[in-house]
Amino acid sequence: MRKYIFKRIMYMILTLFIIATATFFLMKLMPGSPYANQAKMTADQRAIMDAQYGLNKPVYQQYFIYLIGILHGDFGTSFQFNNQPVSFLISSRIGPSMQIGAQAIILGTVLGILLGAIAAIRKNTWVDTLATFFAILGRSIPNFVFAVLLQFYLAFKLKIFPIALWDEGFRSSILPTIALSMAPLATTARFMRTEMVDVLNSDYIELARAKGNTPWQTVAKHALRNSLIPVITIIGPMAVDLMVGSMVVENIFSIPGIGDQFVKSITTNDYPTIMGLTLLYSFMLVVVILIVDILYGFIDPRIRLSGNEGSN
Amino acid sequence: MADNTSDIKLNADSFKPVAANNVDEQEKISAPSLTFFQDAIRRLRKNKAAVFSFWLLAIIILISIVSIWWTPSDPNAQHVAYANLPPKIANGSIPGFTGKANVGGNIVDKYAAAKVPKGTYYVLGTDYLGRDLFSRLMKGVALSLLIGLLATLFDLVIGVPYGIISGWKGGKTDTIMQRIIEIISSIPNLVVVILMLLLFTPGLGSIVVAMGITGWITMARLVRAETLTLKTQEYILAARTLGESPLRIALKHLIPNLSSTIIIQTMFSIPTAIFFEAFLSFIGIGIPAPNASLGTLLSDGQKTFRFLPYQMWYPAAVISIIMIAFNLLADGLRDAFDPKTQE
Repeated sequence: MRKYIFKRIMYMILTLFIIATATFFLMKLMPGSPYANQAKMTADQRAIMDAQYGLNKPVYQQYFIYLIGILHGDFGTSFQFNNQPVSFLISSRIGPSMQIGAQAIILGTVLGILLGAIAAIRKNTWVDTLATFFAILGRSIPNFVFAVLLQFYLAFKLKIFPIALWDEGFRSSILPTIALSMAPLATTARFMRTEMVDVLNSDYIELARAKGNTPWQTVAKHALRNSLIPVITIIGPMAVDLMVGSMVVENIFSIPGIGDQFVKSITTNDYPTIMGLTLLYSFMLVVVILIVDILYGFIDPRIRLSGNEGSN
Repeated sequence: MADNTSDIKLNADSFKPVAANNVDEQEKISAPSLTFFQDAIRRLRKNKAAVFSFWLLAIIILISIVSIWWTPSDPNAQHVAYANLPPKIANGSIPGFTGKANVGGNIVDKYAAAKVPKGTYYVLGTDYLGRDLFSRLMKGVALSLLIGLLATLFDLVIGVPYGIISGWKGGKTDTIMQRIIEIISSIPNLVVVILMLLLFTPGLGSIVVAMGITGWITMARLVRAETLTLKTQEYILAARTLGESPLRIALKHLIPNLSSTIIIQTMFSIPTAIFFEAFLSFIGIGIPAPNASLGTLLSDGQKTFRFLPYQMWYPAAVISIIMIAFNLLADGLRDAFDPKTQE
């Protein structure tokens, strides 16, 4: 197991290195300049600005400076947004994103597990059809459409929640959380239903019933636990959905998070911030996938075995 | 099984005992033998939601094809005097399509206020530049569907051969190819798409290419996994023993057996691509003005949604319907092709 984890971490570092390199050289190829009033600049002014941002050095030197900077947690200085260091820009904005993301994933998975389990227990009844229909709605309706609808009806028409901004603490986070939780909810419900149907058909459930357990006991003690294990594997893809979702949802609700920052940086050619956030997103994704794999290995011994074989 | 026999006509003759030594007749299979695809289509037909989705999509695609040559009016023509008119049909007697709007608590006939000549009306209203939203919606759906189809072409052109080669060759080749996939897939594909879009000039081509670059990964993975199991089948071994070239084996034996996987994955890729286009246009780096796509319509509609909700309602409803239909059809196809997943 230790060998397997070590190997996976090595691959992870290699992956991140390749991503850092690729984004760096892509950014160098980008059209457009970071200076807002480039047309009015004289050559001298331009040279001073270039020197300020280290853009006068040869590309390979910039590349090494960038790589060494990353290792020190320095992602350069934002071209926009008052010349703040990218690391500061990210760290000051990651809080709201993390809060909404965590809330959405908890709400989505808990409701999804319930919905999926109920659908499986009441298989082929109207309850199942309704739950499946909800899951398909959640998967099909784009989250930004859903976010705008929530904003319009619950905040603008009914005035239950604040329309936007991040100034009322938890209350501000409710609508974005609901909007973001739709995708994880749908995915979990779908997966949970399939797993639960499988488990309910298995012999040990038959045995549990034969021993005289009530249907509720059987589900709570035996079926639910065993169906939950494979659900862990979809946490990785769900994290990706959340990242994508957070960009529009934060934008719609004017939340000062990293998703909103990413969209703003794109529209202003703010290369260092785009690179920093790309690396951050990739890093989070790689770490989540690694944790999920390791966790899965600990929970399900069969996987651990095959993991060991793989590392030999 | 039960429905197979339901097609057979039974009459009194059917119950006469057959001659004891007539083995041929005893062993005769009276139900028509179905190929794999006929069988799948038979199962699909029983799935009402999938059949309904299929016909709905067929109608939507047909309307999109019509929009290439004909729309009620020019989707990009601006009549600033007729800006932001609400939906109206004929003389405005249908609720919801009256051409009247609530302005500060009073119901105002916007068409009269804008001095629109009698007999002129916009079924889904007009946008802030006075463009006919129904025509724009028709064009927008066509463009979004086109993006969906083109993006899935990458799935087929890159993903399928990549998966087959990786699975077939095995060993070092497979390891390297899988490592490449692992690296690409650990970058959130949205980030790749956005980086690509910054690099190219925005437009239909760059969106399709940007999505294509990352979109084929899932297809390649599925095809590889399937190829790995197919490779060990006896008929493949037989073909190899007979000296068939790998290319011919891939074309004659692998692809036909992979076709259900490929079709299902394609059906899931199309709505994903439509969603991505809408997403990109929504955050402002998608299809450039003045062309309409579902994403640009949603993005424009969202800006004035609080006051002119109809401008976002219709594109939002249409994109949701298209996505739901594709997902239902894809689910139906998967159940039809792989009855094991269906309980």
